[in-house]
Amino acid sequence: MSSNKKYWKSVEELNENSSVVETLQQNEFVQEIPTDEFLGDKSSLENSSTSRRDFLKYVGFSTAAATLAACEGPVKKSIPYVVQPERIVPGVANYYATTIADGYDFASILIKTREGRPIKVENNNLATSNGSANARVHASVLSLYDNTRLQMPKKGAEDISWGALDKEVGAKLNSLGNKQIVLLTQTYASPSTSKLISEFKAKYQNVKHVVYDAVSDSEALDAYQMMYGERALADYDFSKASTIVSIAADFLGDWQGGGYDSGYAKRRIPENGKMSKHIQFEANMSLSGANADKRVQATPSQQKQVLAALYTYVTGAGSKGTLDAKLEEEVIKAAAQIKKAGSNALVVSGIQDVDAQLVVLEINKAIHSKAFNKNTPRTIRKGDAKAVAQLVKDMNAGNVGGLLIAGVNPMYSLPNANEFKSGLEKVELSVAFSMHNDATAELCSYVATTPHYLESWGDIELKKGTYSLMQPTIRPLFDTRQFQDTLLKWSGNSSTYHDYIKSTWAGILGSTSWNQALHDGVLVKPMLPNEELVEALETPEGDVETIAPTPVSVSAAARRLSEAKSNGLELTLYTKTALGDGQQANNPWLQEMPDPITRASWDNYLTVSKADAEQLGLTNENVANGALDGSYAKVTVGGVEIIAPVIIQPGQAKGSVGLALGYGKSKGLKEDMIVGVNAYPLYQNLNAVQNVSITAAEGVHEFACVQLHNTLMGRGDIVKETTLEIFNTKDKHEWNSIPEVSKNHIEYEVTSPEVDLWSEFDRSVGHHFNLSIDLNACTGCGACVIACHAENNVPVVGKSEVRRSRDMHWLRIDRYYSSQDSFEGDNEKKDNISGLGSSLSEFGEMENPSDNPQVVFQPVMCQHCNHAPCETVCPVAATSHGRQGQNHMAYNRCVGTRYCANNCPYKVRRFNWFLYNNNDEFDYHMNNDLGRMVLNPDVTVRSRGVMEKCSFCIQSTQAIILKAKREGRLVEAGEFNDSCACSAACSSGAMRFGDVNEEGSKIAELIKDDRAYHLLEHVGTKPNVVYQTKVRNTTEA
Amino acid sequence: MKQVKHRNSASKILILGTVFLFTFFNPVFGQDQSAVDNAAVTEASSGGDVAKGEELFKSLCAACHKRYKKMTGPALFGVADKYEREWIYSWVKNSAAMIASGDAQAIAIYEEYNKTAMNAFPQLSNVDIDDILAYVMVPKADPPPSVPDYESSTTASNDGSLVSINVVLGILALVFLMLLVVLFLVNKTLRNFAEANNVELPESETKTPIWKAFIQNQFLVLVTAILLLLVSGYFVYGYFMQVGVDQGYQPVQPIHYSHKIHAGDNKIECKYCHSSARVSKTSGIPSLNVCMNCHKSISEVAETTATSEYSKEFYDGEIQRLYKAAGWDPEAQAYTGKGEPVKWVRIHNLPDFAYFNHSQHVTVAGVECQKCHGPVEEMEIMYQHAPLTMGWCINCHRETNVKVADNKYYEKIHKELSKKYGVDQLTAAQMGGLECGKCHY
Repeated sequence: MSSNKKYWKSVEELNENSSVVETLQQNEFVQEIPTDEFLGDKSSLENSSTSRRDFLKYVGFSTAAATLAACEGPVKKSIPYVVQPERIVPGVANYYATTIADGYDFASILIKTREGRPIKVENNNLATSNGSANARVHASVLSLYDNTRLQMPKKGAEDISWGALDKEVGAKLNSLGNKQIVLLTQTYASPSTSKLISEFKAKYQNVKHVVYDAVSDSEALDAYQMMYGERALADYDFSKASTIVSIAADFLGDWQGGGYDSGYAKRRIPENGKMSKHIQFEANMSLSGANADKRVQATPSQQKQVLAALYTYVTGAGSKGTLDAKLEEEVIKAAAQIKKAGSNALVVSGIQDVDAQLVVLEINKAIHSKAFNKNTPRTIRKGDAKAVAQLVKDMNAGNVGGLLIAGVNPMYSLPNANEFKSGLEKVELSVAFSMHNDATAELCSYVATTPHYLESWGDIELKKGTYSLMQPTIRPLFDTRQFQDTLLKWSGNSSTYHDYIKSTWAGILGSTSWNQALHDGVLVKPMLPNEELVEALETPEGDVETIAPTPVSVSAAARRLSEAKSNGLELTLYTKTALGDGQQANNPWLQEMPDPITRASWDNYLTVSKADAEQLGLTNENVANGALDGSYAKVTVGGVEIIAPVIIQPGQAKGSVGLALGYGKSKGLKEDMIVGVNAYPLYQNLNAVQNVSITAAEGVHEFACVQLHNTLMGRGDIVKETTLEIFNTKDKHEWNSIPEVSKNHIEYEVTSPEVDLWSEFDRSVGHHFNLSIDLNACTGCGACVIACHAENNVPVVGKSEVRRSRDMHWLRIDRYYSSQDSFEGDNEKKDNISGLGSSLSEFGEMENPSDNPQVVFQPVMCQHCNHAPCETVCPVAATSHGRQGQNHMAYNRCVGTRYCANNCPYKVRRFNWFLYNNNDEFDYHMNNDLGRMVLNPDVTVRSRGVMEKCSFCIQSTQAIILKAKREGRLVEAGEFNDSCACSAACSSGAMRFGDVNEEGSKIAELIKDDRAYHLLEHVGTKPNVVYQTKVRNTTEA
Repeated sequence: MKQVKHRNSASKILILGTVFLFTFFNPVFGQDQSAVDNAAVTEASSGGDVAKGEELFKSLCAACHKRYKKMTGPALFGVADKYEREWIYSWVKNSAAMIASGDAQAIAIYEEYNKTAMNAFPQLSNVDIDDILAYVMVPKADPPPSVPDYESSTTASNDGSLVSINVVLGILALVFLMLLVVLFLVNKTLRNFAEANNVELPESETKTPIWKAFIQNQFLVLVTAILLLLVSGYFVYGYFMQVGVDQGYQPVQPIHYSHKIHAGDNKIECKYCHSSARVSKTSGIPSLNVCMNCHKSISEVAETTATSEYSKEFYDGEIQRLYKAAGWDPEAQAYTGKGEPVKWVRIHNLPDFAYFNHSQHVTVAGVECQKCHGPVEEMEIMYQHAPLTMGWCINCHRETNVKVADNKYYEKIHKELSKKYGVDQLTAAQMGGLECGKCHY
C-alpha cells in the first residue's frame, strides 16, 4: 500500500517556490563551486609554474624520501662528562640528606639522585621527628621539574638581570625614607634566616617582619604563648599516649604541622594484648576520624561545648554548659577513659580558638600527660593572623613603602585579597620571591625568581633542639637566587648563604662536625643544661618574642567555650592530603592522587551530610559508566559567594559542611591543573570555621572518583576486623578463620594441598618475597601511592580518564564504610538475610553507608599470587612467575588482550589505553624534557596497549641482590624492607617487605602471625601479600 | 656508516689468504735498528752512556719532559749547551733550593713554567746526569727510513700475491678454453669421418622440451611451488629477524679512537677507562679527564704506531681533537676551562625494555669483556660484535655456569639448587637467569 506521506529533508522543501530546492535537485551545493572558473581558464593554467607532472614528481619524491628515511635506524649519541665528578658513577644512585621547609611541610628527607638528577624522596631514618615524608613531600621532587617555573628575575613582564635588579631595588630601598619596609614571609623556622632578617632590619630602618601561614595556626600559637611564654606549638609524642581524645584535630593529616602518624601508629598495633584507644569528636570526616576507635560527630560549635564539658569532667573545675544528651554521654565515657589512663592520656584539639587551645593545654597539664613534651615546642608555624590583618590595613593607609613577599602567595590565599591588591597598588616597591608567575608575583613590580628547595641551602629548627639541614641536590636549573642570598646581598653582606649558615652553625654544632651534620641531615641537641645559651642561639634577635606567661583564666575560657552557639550551618575549611595549602597545585601526581576519604581526584568539593543534602536538595548519583556526578551548591559566607560541587559524605556531622583549601588556583600553572574552587575567600579572619548559608545551584559536576562502591557489604573476607576484646580472649579461628571448601563431603581448609588445583612449587630455596600490610597501622595517608608513582614511572592520565576508571595507580588505598554502625553489624546483617525478598531489599540497603560509619583503609596492589589466575590466561606468556615469588610482567611481550586484567580477582592490573608520554593529549610531566627528568632510569616507560602492574619493585630487589653478590656476602637482615617504594615510604610501619626464607626476619614472623590473612583467601590464589586483621579497641573504661 | 659483513665468507677467505701470504712473503724487520745506529753515532760526542741515559730518562724524567717538545717541563734537547754542566747538576739534585737561594736562571725557569716545582733527584750522581744529558742531546732523527720500506714492501707483497693468483687463474682459464676448442674440433672431425665412411648416425628424436614436460607434470609443479614458497619464506623470515639487529654496526666517531692502539698495542686494561663496568649497570664511556690522565704527556704517537691506512699525522691530529674537547692547551700545558663534551655515536644499543647490568657480568660472573664485545684489542674502529638479541643472551645463560667460588652469596642457594637439579654446577639459567622479570621491568 502506497503512502501519501511526503518526506522532507529540510524546511525549505515545504516552500514550493524555493529556488534553493530546485538548485539542490541538480547540484550538490547551492552556491556555485568555482572549479570551472579555475580549470576553464586555460591561460592561467598554462602560466602556472607547477604542472601536473611536477606535482606528481613531488609526490613521488616525498614518498620515496620518506620510505628511505624510514629504513635507517636513528643514530643515538652517548655523551660522557668532560670532567666526571668524583662521586658520580653513571648508573649508580647517590643519596643526599636534605629538608623540605616550604612553610607548610617540614620534613627531614633523603633525596635519591641519578647522574645528578633528583628522582625520588625517601624517609630519613636518622631523623627523630618529622623524618617521614607525606604524599606532598614525596611528590615535591616533581615540582622541581615544573616547566611553568620562572627562569629569570622579572621587572613587570620583562626579564631583568640580577645585577640590574639588585641595583634598582637597592636604590629604591634606600629612597623609601621613613616608610615601612615589610618582609611578608612564610614560616622559615630557620636560625640563619632569623639572624639574617635581623641584620636586614639593622641595615634599613623601619623594617617589619610579618610571618604569614596560608593555613593559620595563629590561635594555637597565641594560646601556647599565654600558657608557656613562647610563641610555638605544643609538641606531642603520640607513641606515649595510650588514650587519645581528639576534638577536631586531624593529627594524622596536617594538624599543627603534621608528622604525628608514625608515633600514633606505633601504639595501634596490638602488642601483648594492648593498644591505644582513640576517640575523635569531629564534624568533617578526617583521616584521624577514620582511624579512630570511636568517632563522634560534633559540629564546630558542639566541639567547643564538648571540650568545655570534657574539661569539667576530667579536672572537676569549671562548669559544663548545656550539651546534647548523646554527646554528653560520649564525653563522660571519654573522660572516664582519660582518668583511667592518667598521665598516659592525651587530649588534642584542632579548634581554632585561643580559649579551646588553652583548655586543651590545661587538661594535658592537669593529667600530667607524658605525651606532651614541654621542653621541645614546635617552631614550624609562626604565622600571625593579626599582624597580617594589620599589614593589609597599613598598606591601604599608605604607610608601607616596600614590600618583600617571600614564599607566600597572599593574592591567592588571603580571604581579603582584593584589599591586599588595592594596598599593593599604594606600595612603592614590591618584590615577590617566587618560583612561579603566580597571582602575587604578577602584581609585584619585581619578581626575584627563587630556586626549588632541592636547589637551595637552608637550616631548619623543627622543634627546639632539633635541627635539620637543607642542601642542594642539583645545580640550579634556571637563573634563580634564593631569598636568603638576595637578602644577604641587599644587606650589604658579600658572603653566600651557604657560608652564612656555616657561621651560624658554628654555635649549634657543638661536638658534631659540619660535614657529619650535613651528611646526616639532622642534628638533635640534648637538652642543654645551660638554657640561656640555647635561647641566645635560637633567637638571635627579637624575631621570636619571648614573653613571660600571662596569667590566664582557663575556667573563664572554658566557660566561654561552653556558651558556644551555632547559627545554622557551620563550614569547616580543611586541607586535603593531596594538595595541602595548594602550593604544589601544578603537580600532576598530587592532583591525580585520590583523596583517602572520598577517593575523588582532581577536585575539591563541599562535603555535606546525607540529612542536610536531602533537605537542601543536593544529590550525588552514578551515571551509566559508573562515574560519580554531583550537584552544585552556592556557598555564602558573609557576603562572599562561591559555587562548589557537592559530595555527600558519610560521617559528616549534621549541621556542618566541609570544603578543602588549596584548590582553584588560576595563576602560574598549567591549564589542566586549574581544578576545583578556591575556598580561601571564605577563610575569613584566617579562621577555618565559618557560618554559611547554602542553596542548591544549577548544573551537574562530573567527579573523577576512583571508588564507586563504598561499602563492604559484609564481605569479611576482604577486610577482616575484630575488637581488641575478642582478639585477646578468643581463639584465632573465631575471628580469623581460614575458609573451607568441601571435597568428597569432607571440609578442607582452602590452603590445604588436598583441594589445590595446582601442584606446589618448592619455594624454600633462595629468596621468596612477601609483603605484609597491617590494617591497624595503616592510616591511609597515601605516601606510598606517590612513592610508587615516583619509583615506577606511573603515568598521570588526567581527570577525564580517571573518571572512566582508567587511572594507572599501581597501588590504591581502598576505603570502605560500614553500612551499619560497625562492620560487625554488616556481617551480622548479611548472615541474617534469608529468602529472596529480604535479600533484595537488605542487600540494597547495605550499599548505603551509615550516617556515622566505621571506616577502614586497605592498600591493594598486585598480590603476586603463587597460583596466579592472570598467568594462565595470557595467550603470549607475557606474565609469568619468578622463583622469588614475584609475578613478572614483560611489557615488550604483551599484546594487550587484557585477559589477565579480567581474570584478576583483585583488579590491580592497569592497561595503557593511550601513549602517556610524549603525547600532547596528556600534557603532564612526561610530555616535556624537564618533567621527564624525574623518570627512574631503571624502570621501563610503558607504551600504549600494554598491561602493567606492581612488580614488587623488582628493580630494587634485584639491585640489592646484585650488591650482595658483588660484595660476596649474604643479603643483610632487613635490607629488603626498603626495597619496595611503598614499604620504604610507609612511616607508620604498616607495610613490611622482606624475604620469608631469611631466618629470623620480621616478615617471616608476620606471615605466621595470628592476625595474618590473605585477600579473598577462598579463591585459592595464595598471594604473597598478607594482610593483618584490623583490631579496634572498643574497650570502655 | 660502514657495515662490516661477517657472514660474507668469501671476503673473509680472501683476507685470510692475503694475511697468510703476507706472513710468508715478508721478512721481519728489526725496527729499532736505526735508533740504535743513531745512538752509536752520538755517544762519543757528549761523553755519556746514551743507553743508560735513555733508561734513566724514561723512568725518572719522561713524566714531565720530552726531548724535543715542551711538556710540563721544557724540552730537554739542547739543554746541555744552554746551561753550564755544574748548574744542571745542582738543579737536578735540588731545584727548589736553587730557587730559594735566588739563582736568577733558576727563578726564570720556575716563573716560565707556572711555578711548577721540579722534583728533586738527590739519588742521581753526576755520571747519571751526564748519561741523561747524552741521551737528550741526541738530535731528532729523520723519520726512520725503514718505515716507508716496510710499508712499500707490505703493499708490494699484497699486490704480488694478488697478481700471482690472477695469473694462475688466467692460465687455467686459457687451458680450459683451449680444451673446449680442441674437443669441438675433434667432434667435428669425427663427424666428418663418419659422413665420409657412410656411417649412420642415430637421429635424435624430437622430444617435448623439458619445460613443457615439467608444466605437464602437475606433481612436479606443486612440489616446486611448495619448495619455492618454503625457501622464500625462509629468507623473508630471516630478513625480518635481522631488522633492528645491528651486528657489525661501525659508525664514524667524532674522534678516531683506536681500541687497537690502546687495548691491543699498549695493553691498557678495559676497566681502566670503562671503570664503572665494575659497579654500575653501564660500562661508561670514559670522561675526558680519564683520557687526559695519559694524554697530558702523550701528545703524539710514535712513528711505529702509524700504519698504511692511518699516518702519524692523522693520529696526532686526533689527539689534538681530544685536547680541544678537553680544553687542554698543550702549549701552555694548562686547561683553558673551555672543554666541550664529545658526542660519541652509541654503538651498543639495548632497547629500553631490556635491563642489562655490566657489574653483574663483569664483577660477579667474571665474564671477559671480549665475550660480548669481540676482539676489541684488534679493532681499529669499534663495531658491534655480537647480535645483542635475546636469543643470544639466553644461549649464553644456558651454557655458562654460575661463578660461585669465593662468593658467600651463592653458598647456600647453590648447594640447595644443585641438589634439586642433580648437577654439580648450575648454569645461569638454572639460577633463574631465564625468568622474564630478571631483565624486563
